[in-house]
Amino acid sequence: MAGRKVYLDNAATTYVSSEVLNEMLPCFNVLFGNPNSIHSFGREASSIVDRARDRIATAINAKDSNEIYFTSGGSEADNWAVKGLAHAYSFKGKHIITSSIEHHAVLDACSVLEKEGFDITYLPVDKYGLVNIAELLHAIRKDTILISIMSVNNEVGTIQNVKTIAKIAHENNILFHTDAVQALGAVKIDVQDMEIDALSISAHKIYGPKGCGALYLKNGLKIDNLIDGGSQERGKRGGTLNVPAIAGFGKAVEIAVRDLSVNQQKLKIIREYFLSKVRDNIDYIHINGHPQQKVQGTLSISFEMIEGESLLMLLDLDGVAVSTSSACTSNSLQPSHVLKAMGIEDEIAQGTVRFSFGKNTSKADVDYAVEVLINSVKKLRAISPITKAGRR
Amino acid sequence: MYSKKVLSIFQNPKNAGGMKGANAIGKVGNSACGDIMKIYLLIENGIIKDASFKTFGCCAAIASTDVACDLIKGKSIEDALKVTNQQVFDVLGELPPNKIHCSVLAEEAIKAAINDYYKRIEKSSKKEKKSIDN
Repeated sequence: MAGRKVYLDNAATTYVSSEVLNEMLPCFNVLFGNPNSIHSFGREASSIVDRARDRIATAINAKDSNEIYFTSGGSEADNWAVKGLAHAYSFKGKHIITSSIEHHAVLDACSVLEKEGFDITYLPVDKYGLVNIAELLHAIRKDTILISIMSVNNEVGTIQNVKTIAKIAHENNILFHTDAVQALGAVKIDVQDMEIDALSISAHKIYGPKGCGALYLKNGLKIDNLIDGGSQERGKRGGTLNVPAIAGFGKAVEIAVRDLSVNQQKLKIIREYFLSKVRDNIDYIHINGHPQQKVQGTLSISFEMIEGESLLMLLDLDGVAVSTSSACTSNSLQPSHVLKAMGIEDEIAQGTVRFSFGKNTSKADVDYAVEVLINSVKKLRAISPITKAGRR
Repeated sequence: MYSKKVLSIFQNPKNAGGMKGANAIGKVGNSACGDIMKIYLLIENGIIKDASFKTFGCCAAIASTDVACDLIKGKSIEDALKVTNQQVFDVLGELPPNKIHCSVLAEEAIKAAINDYYKRIEKSSKKEKKSIDN
């Protein structure tokens, strides 16, 4: 088994699938024009971008392809949506509602706005990571201009009631943005049916390239620019478009949406196989997230009596790649803000690891990973000063 | 992020585990900040005959406690009290900046264990005194 590698961190990023790569390759050296140039090289590149835009618009059921704006990734799309909409609509009010479990791209954008004088409400979540609708209704004020709630949480995989939240936003004449980076390819997204005004997506979570994402912005809405500097993206986002990545993104989205239910079904089988093996062999564990309303690829488990980062490193030394958002991977030394918001006590939160499966994860991968996991947990518990007897 | 040396100590800590017959135990840290270190000592005639540890924490915390045990084994109590976090750090070679507190905590764990030893002596001498007075 020595030298075997198993990648269970697909929520962090995925490999680029060969179909996607094939779509990208010619754009590096053959169809290399700048889509803004008016000569034939430029027009070729421009048509590649148009096709990708059409594919993405179709995949999320946007009314018009020009509602898709390419960005450098999910974080830029989040920053742009939150800051750009806040600035464009600040004449109406300066209150924004978001949740306490958002990605830091949204949370940190909000804290910048706070410094500028905006007022932000961070909604609590229940123990499964769901935003409470009653709390949302309670938080709405006359000067609320934007609600930004993520579609799927990246740490625990809980799916929010996006459609309901968007409906509430519109009944109160408020804009609705959602970070759908983890939702794309995992849950059906229909921006018209779900009444979404703005939506952030990224390529590298769905077997596309890194450094490429998009913001969907419903036509007719105003947004302030985040990046000035050219006529690209209808004057709303300066910078020469990353044509190879965009070509790959378009293909990746098309495949992700086409194969959505097949993939989720496959991931469900792998997840359940993994979980039953873990449950049979390891005591004192907690599964985080919603028991039903969840994506199948993400599995967050807290292991009592041990700390997540040391578990991650032991697994890594045996070739199994997972992730933790607890204390030690970040510089903050604070337990994950998501688990904290879900009310999970610090000591349990510290022992949390996220396993995220991909479309090529096999049962043999799971067999190996679980074997390594059992040994690693045993090893760390043997040297833990926290004893079962001492547990509360 | 971690050097090979830190990882190899973390993976195979020589001094990991509790100790039967330990006559001093020091515990520092709390689970909220992510690290708990417990050092067990066997002290005879003022000399640390043996040291072991149990740690809840990251790689740096586990490696730091293991190194701390190495550094005090065979030393007199006085010399063990002189062991600093810098010495722990030097053995490890390098630590990410946000992990330096782990070496500091290891120094504190040594001091806590020795402190526990003195407390135990004080208690037993009080007991002796009581029995003589009676």
